[in-house]
Amino acid sequence: MMGLLDYFKTNKSSSASIAKERLQILVAHERSVRGQPSYLPQLQKELLEVIRKYIDVDQDAITVNFEQDEDRETLELNIVVPDNPTKHT
Amino acid sequence: MARIIVVTSGKGGVGKTTTSAAVAMGLAKKGHKTAVIDFDVGLRNLDLIMGCERRVVYDFVNVISGEALLNQALIRDKHCDLLYVLPASQTRDKDALTQEGVGKVLEDLSKDFKYIVCDSPAGIEKGAHLAMYFADDAFVVTNPEVSSVRDSDRMLGILSSKSRRAEQNLESIKEYLVLTRYSPDRVKLGDMLSVDDVQDILSLHLLGVIPESKSVLSASNAGVPVILDEKSDAGQAYEDIVARYLGENRPHRFIEEKKGIFGKLFGGK
Ligand SMILES: Nc1ncnc2c1ncn2[C@@H]1O[C@H](COP(=O)(O)OP(=O)(O)OP(=O)(O)O)[C@@H](O)[C@H]1O
Ligand SMILES: [Mg+2]
Repeated sequence: MMGLLDYFKTNKSSSASIAKERLQILVAHERSVRGQPSYLPQLQKELLEVIRKYIDVDQDAITVNFEQDEDRETLELNIVVPDNPTKHT
Repeated sequence: MARIIVVTSGKGGVGKTTTSAAVAMGLAKKGHKTAVIDFDVGLRNLDLIMGCERRVVYDFVNVISGEALLNQALIRDKHCDLLYVLPASQTRDKDALTQEGVGKVLEDLSKDFKYIVCDSPAGIEKGAHLAMYFADDAFVVTNPEVSSVRDSDRMLGILSSKSRRAEQNLESIKEYLVLTRYSPDRVKLGDMLSVDDVQDILSLHLLGVIPESKSVLSASNAGVPVILDEKSDAGQAYEDIVARYLGENRPHRFIEEKKGIFGKLFGGK
């Protein structure tokens, strides 16, 4: 009986350990976007549309980072251009 | 000057009102004049848990709108002379609370009370916002369950950015974890998050763990805060929490599963 309990206790795929893992990922993500301006997702979407008029990039080729320190806010834009960019038509 | 404590969670039904009633009673029983305020306008419940529902004449909203004096609305607890309840309105909606009005009531109470416990409604809207806005300390009530932990984390974000202390660049709100409805045997079986799991995510100062307990329902049936049920596990756990908050160093209890009859016979303690 003890052996069985110990098995459950240390079993890495117990439902509690799955819950913990999911929470760690989710909470880390939510903390990273916290405090960012609410227009950010829309900005990212529209930028992507504009760029796609000229270059054939992936959906996730753009990352927009917002950073805030003591006296200034920076908006960092990262676009991954494919090796062989073709115009999207 | 009073110390203002908000009991908050984001998620509903996790034990905020149970905790507010118990903590307020515990502080008063330790000799501190304490007021407990129900911020759940439209859905008041604290009066029932405190057992003073039949003595409500005026409420928080009446005081804010100038229809009653604070002294007329405060209800003195029947078990403890140092404890007063300020009930929420049952008929008005949450827009009846204003930041200015709440600030004024808290300021007036501060002159006379040592602790003011604010029982927050669920959610992150106006009532919850006003309940936490003026706080010095936050008791974040969390159940060992994914959505509750996530909401607690969101609430921590709000406490550190939208409160008076955050807006005025004052020392930040002191945040404490109150983990409630904990079942050590389910934790042991691996189907409930453990205190350590929750702490790995939230990393707060752990004020205490309240076990899942039948005594909470009995206490609410009777309209007596569970902390007065001194024989119950939940009552003792809340007593520990109050003592720790006041600076006492007590080892944590109720985290390990209860020993059954065999454990008692053969396990020592
Ligand atoms: N430790 C506990 N053991 C067993 N039941 C509990 C415990 N704590 C709270 N409960 C029960 O959970 C329910 C919700 O508790 P409570 O009203 O205190 O939560 P709340 O967070 O104030 O809810 P709301 O968000 O609706 O205001 C009640 O039925 C209460 O009896
Ligand atoms: Mg409540």
